[in-house]
Amino acid sequence: MSSGNTAWVLVCAALVFIMTPGVAFFYGGMARRKNVLSILTQCFAIICLVSLQWVLFGYSLSFGPDTGYGIIGGLDWFGLRGVGQEPSAIYASTIPHLAFMIFQAMFAIITPALMVGAFAGRMKFSALVIFTLLWTTFVYDPIAHWVWGAGGWLGGIGALDFAGGIVVHVSSGISALVVAILIGKRVGYVKQAFAPHNLPITFLGGALLWIGWFGFNAGSALEAGGLAANAFVTTNTAAAAAGMAWAFMEWKMDGAPTVLGIVSGVVAGLVAITPACGFVSALSSIPIGLIAGIICYLAVARLKPLLGYDDALDVFGVHGIGGIWGTLATGIFAAVAINSGGADGLLLGNAKLLLIQVVYLIVCIVYALVVTWILYKVVDALVGMRVDKESELIGLDLTQHNESAYTVLE
Amino acid sequence: MKYIIAIIKPHKLDEVKKALEAVEVNLMTVSNVLGQGRQKGRTEIYRGAKESGGLLKKVKLEIGVNEYFVEPTIRGITEAAFTGEIGDGKIFVLDLQDVVRIGTGERGGKAIN
Repeated sequence: MSSGNTAWVLVCAALVFIMTPGVAFFYGGMARRKNVLSILTQCFAIICLVSLQWVLFGYSLSFGPDTGYGIIGGLDWFGLRGVGQEPSAIYASTIPHLAFMIFQAMFAIITPALMVGAFAGRMKFSALVIFTLLWTTFVYDPIAHWVWGAGGWLGGIGALDFAGGIVVHVSSGISALVVAILIGKRVGYVKQAFAPHNLPITFLGGALLWIGWFGFNAGSALEAGGLAANAFVTTNTAAAAAGMAWAFMEWKMDGAPTVLGIVSGVVAGLVAITPACGFVSALSSIPIGLIAGIICYLAVARLKPLLGYDDALDVFGVHGIGGIWGTLATGIFAAVAINSGGADGLLLGNAKLLLIQVVYLIVCIVYALVVTWILYKVVDALVGMRVDKESELIGLDLTQHNESAYTVLE
Repeated sequence: MKYIIAIIKPHKLDEVKKALEAVEVNLMTVSNVLGQGRQKGRTEIYRGAKESGGLLKKVKLEIGVNEYFVEPTIRGITEAAFTGEIGDGKIFVLDLQDVVRIGTGERGGKAIN
């Protein structure tokens, strides 16, 4: 066991944790003032719910001994039975099994929290609680097992996903789109554009996300070594390229670069580099980031109005599209020279990896789409997903939580 | 006595305040307000989505004055808030029935400043 690696992974777990409050601020600032508290409450509730689910059985389903065919882990580690202070026999052999478990817990937590932006301002809190527990169990846990679990079938075919481009971002981005379409548009959308109520809070959220992402990506090396450093550098570089790319797109298309744009671009770049960060060079991370900034801007500012769905805070446009691009980019730019456990990509003459990445994408997109659709219908039948129109107009803060963010009088 | 309500551009507030102090009108109530005139709102763009026709931010001044100060007040505001562009704002002058100073119970002209 290595104390250096243990310290690194525990610190990274804390860094990944801070991303979920970061997401809450990021979305909270973009929401209208009558809904900001509902976003914050939902994000903290998701932290609490998934933390409990993970320790009780989520970790076991994702990483527990495979039950055969690489589909799902068993319940052998229910309640963390056998997951202790000694390293696991299978995962991260130089750190306590508990350290690996809690690092992974933070990924399970942030994934459903990312989806909150899509249905902002119109989902019942009771529905959110049930939906989160079902979604993390039936969508996140299986996909995490397929890719990262020992014996998982997608890891077995050679798909590369260093820190969760698909497991976290594509799965949440696609599911968010499904929920946004099923729950319907906000009252007044498209005729009315909804202005963000506090962009400095969004900026704060974006900054917390950027910081936390160093833990997310560099921590995924699971040791304090060269690979972690590579992931750290590619993460920062891609984010920088994407932030400027989005801002320049806006400048050209809409007349001015905006703070919302540059923050959104940075997040899009962080998403795109996530699957690739431990397989590509710093130089490769520049085109990965630039293209992420451009296509995510186009998805959000052009594709969404064209198709007319109300993904309120653009979870699909940033995480879905950014994650899909990053997964493909891994197949293009990956190099064995960076990570001997990886593979060469298209640019180094290996088209097979890109093909595997495409299969990986299609399987996970179809699975997330279908299962999220089913879970939505189940929860809708149980408690009803959407608040009534009057509650929506008054705002979720008052109607779901009996409080408001900003008092007018002292 | 008159009650003067002036709607001005926010960035003109400091100049208007100085102009009013110069003619010894020191009491006023100021609030942030939203409104629109013939020029309509300024277009804002968020992630490529245009929000046009939004209301403009303005500042509202409310000032109660004796007859002697009415014209200096109007002149001070007009001169200081003027840019010549569209959207400089408006001044409304209303008859004021009575004023009560809460601290002393004084009424009318004596209570006004």
